[in-house]
Amino acid sequence: MAEIKWPAAGERQLIGKRINRLDGPWKSSGRARYTYDVNRPGMLYAKLVLSPYPHARIRAVDTSEAERMPGVRGVHVILGPGQEVNWAGQEVVAVAAETEEQARDAARRVRVDYEPLPFLATDVPPEQAARVGADRVRRLSERVEGDPDRGFASAEVVHEGQYGLPVINHCCLEAHGAVAEWEGDRLHVWISTQNVSGVGGEFAEGLKIPASNVHVECPVMGGGFGSKFSADTWGLVAAALARKTGRPVKLMLERDHELLAAGSRPSLHGRVRVGARRDGTLVAWESETWGTAGPITAGIPPLPYIFRVPNARVRHTAVLTNQGPARAWRAPNHPQACLVTMAALDDLAARLNMDPLEFFLKNLALTGEHASVYREELLKAAELIEWRKKWHPRGAERGTLRRGLGLSIHTWGGLGHPSNCRCTIHPDGSVEVALGSQDLGTGTRTVIGIVAAETLGLPLEAVRVEIGDNRYPPDGASGGSTTVGGVSSSTRVATTRALNQLLERVAPALGVPASELEARGGRIQVRGNPARSLSWKQACARLGATPIVADGQRDMSLISSGAAGVQMAEVVVDTETGVVRLEKLVAVQDCGLIIDLKTAESQVYGGCIMGICYALYEEKVMDPVTGRCLNPNMEFYKLAGIGDIGTIVVHMMTGPGYDERGVIGLGEPPVISPGAAISNAVANALGVRVPELPLTPDRVLAALAGKGGAV
Amino acid sequence: MAEERKPSEPAEAGGLSRREFLKGTGLAVSAGVLVGEGLLGVAAAERPAVVGPGPVPVVLRVNGQVHRLELEPRVTLLDALRNHLNLTGAKKVCDRGTCGACTVIVGGRPVYACTMLAIAAQGEPIETIEGLAPEGQLHPVSRAFVENDAQQCGFCTPGFVMAAKAYLERHPHPTEEEVRHALNGNICRCGTYMGVRRAVVEAALQRKGGQG
Repeated sequence: MAEIKWPAAGERQLIGKRINRLDGPWKSSGRARYTYDVNRPGMLYAKLVLSPYPHARIRAVDTSEAERMPGVRGVHVILGPGQEVNWAGQEVVAVAAETEEQARDAARRVRVDYEPLPFLATDVPPEQAARVGADRVRRLSERVEGDPDRGFASAEVVHEGQYGLPVINHCCLEAHGAVAEWEGDRLHVWISTQNVSGVGGEFAEGLKIPASNVHVECPVMGGGFGSKFSADTWGLVAAALARKTGRPVKLMLERDHELLAAGSRPSLHGRVRVGARRDGTLVAWESETWGTAGPITAGIPPLPYIFRVPNARVRHTAVLTNQGPARAWRAPNHPQACLVTMAALDDLAARLNMDPLEFFLKNLALTGEHASVYREELLKAAELIEWRKKWHPRGAERGTLRRGLGLSIHTWGGLGHPSNCRCTIHPDGSVEVALGSQDLGTGTRTVIGIVAAETLGLPLEAVRVEIGDNRYPPDGASGGSTTVGGVSSSTRVATTRALNQLLERVAPALGVPASELEARGGRIQVRGNPARSLSWKQACARLGATPIVADGQRDMSLISSGAAGVQMAEVVVDTETGVVRLEKLVAVQDCGLIIDLKTAESQVYGGCIMGICYALYEEKVMDPVTGRCLNPNMEFYKLAGIGDIGTIVVHMMTGPGYDERGVIGLGEPPVISPGAAISNAVANALGVRVPELPLTPDRVLAALAGKGGAV
Repeated sequence: MAEERKPSEPAEAGGLSRREFLKGTGLAVSAGVLVGEGLLGVAAAERPAVVGPGPVPVVLRVNGQVHRLELEPRVTLLDALRNHLNLTGAKKVCDRGTCGACTVIVGGRPVYACTMLAIAAQGEPIETIEGLAPEGQLHPVSRAFVENDAQQCGFCTPGFVMAAKAYLERHPHPTEEEVRHALNGNICRCGTYMGVRRAVVEAALQRKGGQG
């Protein structure tokens, strides 16, 4: 009989190898159909009318002219007279027409009369925000640990600095949106979502139909990063327009709308005071931080990050603004907390005249249970970037081009979301595993296939993986690096149970009890004895006419939580132009038992690159006068290109000591450290801290000119 | 080199491209007199009969197949492919010539299909990713993207594959360093650039092998 626990290292045929993603050929041949690519017979295109005001009350909406425009088949008023808009880019009216161009023309003819209201759309400190209104400021936390005053009194060196990073966007390449089509009272929805099994309920509630009448499909999706959990206004509007017109309706956001309203990451700014003994022992921390998530609050940054400084006072305040609301952005609150903490500690190390590597190693006990992992990873990363050879104290570089090194550490939970998998073994030997899960590009489909094939002793191609449809057994939303834990364990359980049913059925033919059988190399054999075996096909033929079906759920014994990682950056800064060039980023990462080394490494490369983007380029720029976003497009909302990322070196911690922990999610961890590591490298190069990300030339030159920032 | 880095510049087709317009201007100015008439005369002679804003007949030759469409003159090549021919491999992302997700090859040159009008793409062979290989088979560039995991969500991938293919046709022996410059007109959000660099270099080697 097969056991649920993961196979031992020597036994693994597929798990942990470098395996191509299953949907790779489908994507790289252009044949994968995303939501945006769904074209249905008779389909209409919908476009939205957005509020130009950051805060206003709607006085009147006149759609009469729009309704008379050529090709228009339906108009849907989302917000009517008396209702308020709370950010520029909020949806007010939707129009469906025969062509995209006609829908856009008609949307322009909708007349909305607004009464502008007072607003705050820029990312300002709480005292400034309070001048707009007391309700603009909300103290979210005040925490004291140990005795901060005595801690600082005992500190021999104290550093105080200001750090921050602005609001940025998700900027998924596939815009948010949906295609909706009715068949009687049943709704079919293609939606770009991270939540295939869950999003149908929102449509049901919004459209007042039974949840069982909603069919959701999303076989592939073009990026989510935490912004695509909900049906969203536009999804419900697509369905409402489809019902009204009796035609399928496609509503995908235009790029400006995507950047205005479909997801952003909260800012974080603040003052930090941190103290140590002269030998580098951290003793006290104090931080006063604030940030905006738009008109909502979005949690509390975990400060100080990772290091449990024995004496700490931590305050955080949310500033409520008229920007599009924040959504979970890959590792919510961690990159922000990481920058503020690691930059302050790096500055403190400089003040102590200590190499930050030594400083971090010295204080590792404060990181808790992963201290030994961090130690190993710090030493590995140092070796890969040649830290001991290349590091120099701050200010040692005097030329125009200055080189510097910086480091950071990060952590994330993981575990696994609730998951159900159904494995079917057919009498002809074919196998399918089905889950109502989704592949965001992380390799979920591939991981499921590998686990199933490994369990059944089959080649990967022999297993059909069915995901992206809410008719399959429900699986959780993909957020917080919980997918791989959920789907790998439920798939392992379902396929093991299915296999054990098969073993029971073929045991008589092989003349041994099922407990002595195993699946290996495409055969069912007496354990360790291929001579007494049946081919997979022969074995399955014994099932007669009825397939085996087995279900499996998430199993906590197969998964774990708590990934740790270290990143080190090498930069060259041009002190005349202020341009920061990333030379190298080394990422050393653990995530327990790795299912597919190739896609795991890709996750880390991807996290690093996304981190380089927010370290050097990304910022949602708001105009204080109009309250509108100034860069809702991809030429001024900057992302790194293929030439901007230097060289990235990824090292995964695997093998004994790591594998036994079980599967741990990897989506979030690698995106947390790049901002801090790169900021610290720039400080090392220049001798001064550039206090705010992104590290654009203007900020670099301002720091060099001594305008603000910590030493 | 410079040409590859500006895929947004329309191919010279139909007398409507910016390049053609500038050429016309230059001619007219050098003639010294009759500036307006000369310019209009040249342009009018080369221009297909466009009246608008209503739909006009448009003939597109895509992946070797001729398509006759009725499109408003303002319809972009990208929207014509995606909405009217159901060729959805080229993706709409920025819709203003920044990200490269809609890259197709027109007259042998990579073009951002969102910044070219369908009417301007007439008379030139148009290659989209669907034309690279029959269904079920992979073009060597696509295969190199699979082998090097140069894709995650995959939404930028068709654009990258087309840009890489067009680049390799003119620069069959690129170094990884050259690839970093050549493909800077395509944006990926998931962060697949390391894989893309390796894939393009590998595809070049395969291509050489394949052609002996």
